[in-house]
Amino acid sequence: MAALESIQKIQAQFGTAISGPSEFRGERTLTLADPDRILELCQFAKRQLGFDYLVDLSSVDNYGEDPRWTLVYHLRSLKRGEELRIKTSVSEEKSELPSVLEVWRTVNWHEREIYDMMGIRFAGHPDLRRILMWEGYPYFPLRKDFPLAGKPTDLPGVAFTRPAPLEGGPFVTLPGGGDATGREPRVRTPED
Amino acid sequence: MQTKSEFGYDSKIEGDVVVTTVDAALNWFRANSVWPMPMGLACCAIELMAAGASRFDISRFGSEVMRFSPRQSDCMIVAGTVTYKMASCLKRIYDQMAEPKWVIAMGACASTGGMYRSYAVLQGVDNIVPVDIYVSGCPPRPEAVLDALIKLQNKIRTQPVLKNLNVLNRFTAPAIS
Repeated sequence: MAALESIQKIQAQFGTAISGPSEFRGERTLTLADPDRILELCQFAKRQLGFDYLVDLSSVDNYGEDPRWTLVYHLRSLKRGEELRIKTSVSEEKSELPSVLEVWRTVNWHEREIYDMMGIRFAGHPDLRRILMWEGYPYFPLRKDFPLAGKPTDLPGVAFTRPAPLEGGPFVTLPGGGDATGREPRVRTPED
Repeated sequence: MQTKSEFGYDSKIEGDVVVTTVDAALNWFRANSVWPMPMGLACCAIELMAAGASRFDISRFGSEVMRFSPRQSDCMIVAGTVTYKMASCLKRIYDQMAEPKWVIAMGACASTGGMYRSYAVLQGVDNIVPVDIYVSGCPPRPEAVLDALIKLQNKIRTQPVLKNLNVLNRFTAPAIS
């Protein structure tokens, strides 16, 4: 849990650009209004507040809403055992925000993965290549408007893809109650 | 011919002469020394390792020489999920293997894509390389791998060798003329 002291210091430094903290199950999240200041905020969090470890960097596709992208930075201070989550949103037209690579070098591959899967670019990243799909793949497959089966592509001599046969799927399990027959993977539409 | 020489053929020591065809002899050599190229891509590779270890002991069938170089191997065992990114590497390794060569698709993923009905996974390795034996299972037991190897040996024993040499001549002909 992030000590309120750290959050107050961030609020004092960034003022109205910071909203929150919102609290969920003992974890605190701050929201940064201007994504271009994320580098500044991360520098402050590491150098002044001692958040020396970036647990994870992930991205959310709020398809159909504006701004479309949300980036989530999970910070931890190894010395104090504090955790803090920072969210910031980027519009689809912009799809770019500063890289925080100079603060935590571990973020190199995290940012490459987000670029590969979501198509969000990180300004100042020294090596922003795809990491899971091959160079030249034209789509960003973790976006909500990309079908699970994939789309046909062909890059002669490098790679190709064909849509996977889903047979009416994807097959989804029903979490929670019911017996094994009720839970087993079936074609389930969101209305079910 | 000098028959008193001690270096001559002595049927009392060496046994009787076996008469066979060249095809059968070559196939006998080939079928009992299939050197696998272990294309370990996922959890099937663990079972493949078990097939090579002492309990199951793939060397009983002459295939203990796992070669990680495509130049030295005869049979590619595709053990695991083939992603599209890996597919080009797999095809390239297959192309680098010397003839004659065979492919075993081990497990559900290599055979059909398995449970990965997704944008990232090749739906069966037979989309890019010719597969001789498919092994079911997720992952298959080591016995199933050995069974596939025995089936492959049976297949190799029936393949004509000398007829394939004509294919080789066809490849070398343009270079001579």
